[in-house]
Amino acid sequence: MPVTVRLPGALRDVTGGETKLTASGATLREVIADIDRRHPGFAARVLDPSGGIRSYINVYIGEEDARTRGGSGAAVPDGSDVMVIPAMAGGR
Amino acid sequence: MSGLTPQLVRERVRGTILERIGETPLVPLHRIGAGLRGELWAKIESANPGGSVKDRPGLWMVLAAEEEGRLRRSRTVLDATSGNTGVALAMVCAVRGHALELCMPDKASIERKRIIRAFGAKLVLTDPLEGTDGAIREAQRMAAAERERYVYVDQYSNPANPLAHQLGTGPEIWEQTARRVTHFVAGVGTSGTIVGVSAALRPKGVRIVAVQPDDPLHGIEGWKHMPTAIRPAIWDERAADEHRVMATDEAIAMAKRLAREEGIFSGVSGGAAVASAVAVAREESGRIVVLIADGGERYLSTPLWE
Repeated sequence: MPVTVRLPGALRDVTGGETKLTASGATLREVIADIDRRHPGFAARVLDPSGGIRSYINVYIGEEDARTRGGSGAAVPDGSDVMVIPAMAGGR
Repeated sequence: MSGLTPQLVRERVRGTILERIGETPLVPLHRIGAGLRGELWAKIESANPGGSVKDRPGLWMVLAAEEEGRLRRSRTVLDATSGNTGVALAMVCAVRGHALELCMPDKASIERKRIIRAFGAKLVLTDPLEGTDGAIREAQRMAAAERERYVYVDQYSNPANPLAHQLGTGPEIWEQTARRVTHFVAGVGTSGTIVGVSAALRPKGVRIVAVQPDDPLHGIEGWKHMPTAIRPAIWDERAADEHRVMATDEAIAMAKRLAREEGIFSGVSGGAAVASAVAVAREESGRIVVLIADGGERYLSTPLWE
């Protein structure tokens, strides 16, 4: 079952204008990789070179901050709502 | 126009905490500036009582509304902010006895929400995916729906915002450098700092350097990526002699250096401004003043300092 990923307007340039996508993957890293296959460059905007979530980006899986669930390795249950937001619009 | 002057502002706030806004320290950056052609000096805006440069426009915008007769006790001050302006307005409104409502993206850092609520202001949380532009749209909607209730100070359009810098920050820098400042470097958010300081110092021959984030998705709090953001009405590109961009990663690295090498615990925007000033000082000689907008304490709960 796919997950829904909602993105800030600031990522529209890499997704061809889309801010709500469906993707699949068991972990956040896999979900991001799935989007990156369709929108090359997406993963590099969200993840740092070591594969972690960039320090100025927050990712929520449902209501949970992904950093509290293992960062980019966090499990993404089927049917989840994933939200990517700039950290400057939100710390914890 | 409000006819605000520094003298009138001083008179209105005499005997209160608001009297301590401005006259912030200017300190040399000895280590970070070592070996550069230009000499680096930092204007430490975290020394304002509300903890950021936004105390200046926050005070001037509220006093301007009072002087213009728009801000009666029955009305509520309204603005959109993701942080420092909200804290500044909340502090100023607490002292001046005004009710305040602030539109802010949901999931803003817990420190900012708690500080603003501590001053007695009310928060209206907006869609975090829309960022500060979403908060601006909500404030515009609220102001239009209840014109009698709200005084929308609108930091992005309010001439009292750059005026606070034209008659405050700019002249302070001029005097603190014994009139030897050659460059002024700051980030662009509302653009009030750049536009106001430019009006004060450019006629004296100071070169103005404006810096923006290099990407629409960035972590430089308070700065705007102008090509993709709602354009502030007060912004005028011609206020700057030079426009530069800065990457968030470089800004974070410089914020860490500022703490460890200079003892200045800055927000990421301070790191971004100083990293830009270093780039200027590599290329040009002179006395380069860079504005550090706030301190790092306000971001401790964000991932930036983990």
